[in-house]
This record gives sequence, C-alpha cells and structure tokens, in this order.
Amino acid sequence: MAGALKQEIAARTAAHSNDNEPVTERVTLAVSEMHCGACIHEVENALSAIDGVSNARANLSLRRVLVSFDPHRVGLDQLIEALAGAGFTAAELAPGPNADAEAHDGDLLRRLGVAGFAAMNIMLLSVSVWAGKSGEMDASVETLFHWISALIALPAVVYAGQPFFKSAGGALSARRLNMDVPISLGVILATAMSLFQTTRGSEQVYFDAAVTLLAFLLAGRYLDQRTRTRAAGAAGNLIGLRTMTASVIGTDGAIERRPARSLVPGMKILSAAGERIAADGVVLEEESDVDESLITGETLPRRVAPGEPVYAGTVNLTGPLVIEAAATDEGTVLAEIGRLMLSAEQGRGKYVRLADQAARLYAPAVHVLGLSTFIGWMMAGAGWEAALTAAIAVLIITCPCALALAVPVVQVVASSRLFSRGIILKAADGLERLAEIDWVVLDKTGTLTMGEPVLIGLQESSALAAAAALGSASRHPYSRALVRAASERGIAIVPAQGVCEVPGAGLVRTTGDGEVRLGSALWCGLDQGESRPDEVWLKTPGKAPVAFRFSDALRPDAVSVVSRLDAGGYALEVLSGDRSEAVERVAHDAGIRVWRGGRKPDEKIARLAALKASGRRVLMVGDGLNDAPALAAAHASLSPSSAADISQTAADAVFQGHRLEPIVEALAVARAARRMSLENFAIAIVYNVFFVPLAMAGLVTPLIAAVAMSLSSITVTANALRLKTKKLELGS
Amino acid sequence: MTSLAWLIPAALLMGGLGLVAFLWSLKAGQYEDLDGASWRALDDTDEGSCPKAAGRSES
Repeated sequence: MAGALKQEIAARTAAHSNDNEPVTERVTLAVSEMHCGACIHEVENALSAIDGVSNARANLSLRRVLVSFDPHRVGLDQLIEALAGAGFTAAELAPGPNADAEAHDGDLLRRLGVAGFAAMNIMLLSVSVWAGKSGEMDASVETLFHWISALIALPAVVYAGQPFFKSAGGALSARRLNMDVPISLGVILATAMSLFQTTRGSEQVYFDAAVTLLAFLLAGRYLDQRTRTRAAGAAGNLIGLRTMTASVIGTDGAIERRPARSLVPGMKILSAAGERIAADGVVLEEESDVDESLITGETLPRRVAPGEPVYAGTVNLTGPLVIEAAATDEGTVLAEIGRLMLSAEQGRGKYVRLADQAARLYAPAVHVLGLSTFIGWMMAGAGWEAALTAAIAVLIITCPCALALAVPVVQVVASSRLFSRGIILKAADGLERLAEIDWVVLDKTGTLTMGEPVLIGLQESSALAAAAALGSASRHPYSRALVRAASERGIAIVPAQGVCEVPGAGLVRTTGDGEVRLGSALWCGLDQGESRPDEVWLKTPGKAPVAFRFSDALRPDAVSVVSRLDAGGYALEVLSGDRSEAVERVAHDAGIRVWRGGRKPDEKIARLAALKASGRRVLMVGDGLNDAPALAAAHASLSPSSAADISQTAADAVFQGHRLEPIVEALAVARAARRMSLENFAIAIVYNVFFVPLAMAGLVTPLIAAVAMSLSSITVTANALRLKTKKLELGS
Repeated sequence: MTSLAWLIPAALLMGGLGLVAFLWSLKAGQYEDLDGASWRALDDTDEGSCPKAAGRSES
C-alpha cells in the first residue's frame, strides 16, 4: 500500500522527464464489475492488448487497475473504451487522499511487524527467566537475558511507539488528554524503569509487557485504519464511475467529449438519449422527455421542447437534445444544492466518539491512581525506587488495551459484516451515530419506491405483447416497464423492427395492416380530455385503443422493513419533494402514518432541525439531489447506491441492491456494536478492579503484568468477533 | 551454559530473517491485493508466453 504512493511519485517524475525519452504515465482506473480471477485476467488482457500500454495490474480487493501507458501513443479514453469492449465499466480516479490513507496503512503495518517481532523474541527470553525461577538459573544468566531484551526492546519501542507518542504530544500541546497519553506514559516509563533495573541486576523488568502492549495496540489501530481506507476506496469508486462528461459541439460542428467541469456558459452541448445532462441550460433543438426525479423527487418524466430549461443531473430519456449551457459547474442548481449540503453539515457539530468519551473519564483516573500509588509508597517510607516500580505496574495494568483495541475490533467486525451485505460504511463515527437513532425519515421516490414505474392492473396478454414489442425499442420508463411486465408474465417479446420514437408523444411502427401506435392519448387519436400523465395507450389497426396504467412501485420489502422498524421502536416519517397525493398513497401503502409532501431541500432541513430541537436523533434515508442537504444535516444518514453522487457523498453509509433490508441491518449492527463496545469496557473494568489493587500493593510481578494484559486483550477481541456471525433482530 | 552463546544469536538471527522477509514483502506490495492473490495462484496462463503479459509479474 505504501507502493501506491511511490507509484504516484514515479508517475509525477515521469511526466516531467525529457520528451525525447519514451514517456510512461500511470493512471488508476476504477473497474466496478471485477469479481473473480477470470475478471482480473480479462481486464489485464484487454488493456495489455492496446498498443502503447506497457503494463496493467488489476487489484481485486480495491476493484481498481493500475495502467502504465505512453500518452503519446494511446489516450485515456481508449483505455476506458477497451475495458467497455471487454464488458467492464471503468473510470479514472483522481489521485487523492486515498493514496495517503493507503500509505498510512502500510506504515502502521510495518510498525506492527517490528513490534510483533520484538514482542515474540522478548517473550521467548522472559519465559525462560520465569521458568528458570523454579530451577537453577544463574543470576548472571538472568541479567544477560534482561540485557538482550533491552537491546531488542529499545529500538522497537522508539520505532513502533511513534504513532502513539505523536498523538499524545499533539493532545498535550492542545491541553487535552486522550487515550494515547496514558499509553505513551506507561510504555515510556516501563521501558525506562526496566532499563534502570537491568543495570542494577534487579528482577522488576517489564520490557515484555511494554512491547506486547505496543503490538496489541498497533494491531487495533491498523484494523481500524484498514477498514476505513477500504470503505473510502469503495465509495471513491462509486463516485468516480459516475463522473459526468459531455459532448460539446464546437463552432465548426465537430463534437468533442469533455468533462462536465470544463464546460462554460454559452457552449452547445449534445445530449444523447439515456445520458445525464451535464449543465443547466435551454433546449435549442429537438424534443425529448427528461427524468428529473433526482432533483425534484417527481417520478414522471417532463416533456421538453426548444426554449425550455433543463437542469444538470437530470436524465434525458427519449431523444437527442441540443442544449445551450446557461450555468455550468459551480453555477448549476446541482452545485447550489451541494453548497446547501456543506452548510448543513457544518451545522451538525462535532460528534464525540465513544472511545474518546471513555478516555476523558479513564485517562485522568489512571494518572491519579498511578500518582497516588507512588505518593502512598513514598509516605509509607518504601523509598522512591519501590514506589516508582509499583506506580509503573499500576500504569501497565491499567493501560487501556480494552479502549484502544476492543472498540476498533468491534468497529472492524461490524463494518466488515455490513460490507459483506452490500452496505459501505463511509463515516468513521457513522456506526456510533446510527446506534443512537430513534426517528427514521425516508424519502419517497427512489428510496421507499423503486424510482421507476411499474405496470398496474391486468391486461390482455396479446395487447401487452404488442405493446412490449414496440416498447423494447425505447428508453422511456413506461416502455421499459411494459417490457419488464411482459417478461415477468412469461410473454415472449419479439422486438419490433422499424419503430420510430416521437419525443413527448410516443412510438409508431408501420405494418402491412396500418400503423401501430403506443403513447399518449392524443397520439393514439383520443381526446386530450382523456389524457392522464400516468398511462399510455396502445392503438392497433382495427381495434379500440387499450390503456396501460403505471405507478411507482414500493421496493419489494418496503412493507416488511417498515413493520420491523416499527416493532423495533423507531418512529417513521416520509418526507418528499413529490406531490402530496402521490406521497400520501405511497406512505399509506408502506404503512407509514406520518408523511409530508411537496418539500423543497431547505424545508426538509427545517423539518430535521425541528425534530432535532425536540430531542430526536434522526436517521435520514434518501437518494435524490434534493435529499443531499438533509442527509448531511441528519444525525445519521443512509443512501442507496442508485442515488445521485452528491447524496452518496453526504451519506454516512451507502447500500446496494433493490431492497430496503440494509436499513434494518445497519441499525441492528450499529446497536449490537455499541452494546459490544460497552461489554468490552465492562470486561476491562473487571480486570482492573481485580489487578489494580494488587499492583498498588506492589504485588504485581512482571509475569502477572504480561499475562493480565495479554489475557484482557484476547478476551475483548474474542468477544467482538462474536458479532460476525451473531443473528441480530431490532426488537432485542 | 556455553550453548547459549550461539543458541541466542541463532534464534535472534532467524527471527530477524522473518522480520526482514515481512518488511520486504510489504515493500513489494504483496499485501495490496489479498483477494486477487488467491485467484492469481489458480491462473494457468504461462506468464512468458505472451510478451505483453510478461510485465505483469512486476509490481
């Protein structure tokens, strides 16, 4: 993982090198559909086959591929096209904070390796000393073993302890106490004292305890860090894959693909059917239907004609559009929502994590205990040496292994359990905030519902077959709904040839008997008065027109998820930008009694603020751009992976798939994780209650210190691992 | 007791070799793709057979 950073530097130096030499550029591509060994092979072969690519190395864990290529001979878009040809969607990833995080991972692992090596070898010598106590081990041999231990321990402590020393130093200079202060103090004092005792040939030598402690703590820190890097990487891939590009029509009529960020107002943009529109603007030529559900929450597509406005982030459904950009990049409605989201996020305030809360109580207590032991023994007239030894034993015994190791282990097990169920936890403290939720607010379109229309009512098979045959030629949501409905009912679809699509009206096909039409009432020769936005008509020659009605269906498990959340004691509410009637119907179908429709993004935030003011901890689940500010403002937030990228950025966790089940799973795991962390604190306290009096009484030998510490670490880790397979239900 | 004079250095040397091997494997990027490595072991393709593929072993 440190390699990634080095490659980054190599890439930069290569880019600046002499032009006459063959230049190699390195780029990291996110490849989403890479799942197995065969995929690695296909991805690497597809890239290696391109002339100018010198090396392609796929990383299955990160779903990424690192490509070295000659920029003079092959372009980045050719690489992405080659992967598309092999069946993989790929996108360039900007070298960002993730590379630093990976380098940090590698750094922790290296320190862990050194601490582990030192701990094992010192333990080997310590066990010999302990075993020798009952036998005939010579005092000089014991001293020799202590000297060898010191030789191993000193460099190991200096090197492996740095992450803790730095963090403790930072906290102290800010006049705060964190967990790393007692850890650093314990390790440094134990090492220094042991060194002193070694020079005097005493047996109170704690090198083993100090180094083993460091190894355990580094393991906890590495696990914590790795889960976070992995989740951040996965989230980065999701967003990278959705980066927008636009086809710009130049003054000479030539079309050029450019990233959406480089657009300027006044440019002419060609938007193909099925593509996301890259800028706010006005339609110049052609007509089409535009899906604005991500911005407004409205399910039904809007028909646009020349002169009408379109917004960045919406999807052009039925026909190509030529758009003149009016506002781009930071000026779009989309960016406006982004700014609203940032200000909402700042208003949320800083969350104090569980381990830090515990540290605020624990760290002072440890120091007071250590100090009072020292003073107590001094007053009892034991001499400073014995007093200090007892005080150090107290520090080692109380060293917060449970706090520094067990909480990260619980977090790792919980997030890997969520990860394996398609829930990517992005925020480091997201799990702890999820555990405190008592009120769940759901968006309607795309969250509670599928966000796409479904055919309702019963139709004749022959009519449905004819409609689906025509519909298979179109991208309109209603056409796709017809095709899905037909295939679900086992009707064979014969895609019709020679279908023409008239944007905003419907489809037409000329057959031997006459025209077959599918579309609005008007398009099928009926009165405007009979036209409804939620239906399409099929007109076949010689037959009366047949209507098909659609509705935005609930997600398959919405009703059961709602009742399980209800049973788990959560209050539920629907908050949507869509029309009140539509919201009421969906809320009723899902079994949610509280609902609010027609809410704009700032009104959604106002509602969340009102709930917060009444002491509620709100979970916001939403997908649209209009939900992004609310996602950032809520106590915790979830977003489906079909959501707008800005919403995924705002959410604490992103879940994949068509089901809402992950909401229940995320809440249940979060609660279980909190319970388990508290259990671990309890275990740690029990250990301390038992061993601290011994330590204060000066009865703790190096053997007892080492065993007690390792045992408590192992107990809390084993407890946390139970979360992996435990069956969880909300009600418990 | 004289056996300690060579047993301890030998034990430390072997442990040290393990540490060096670990640090080398970390530096060589062997922990960067643990999922992929398990699949690559099953990959039958002869790395030398295709000149383009030959570079893949380098990381």
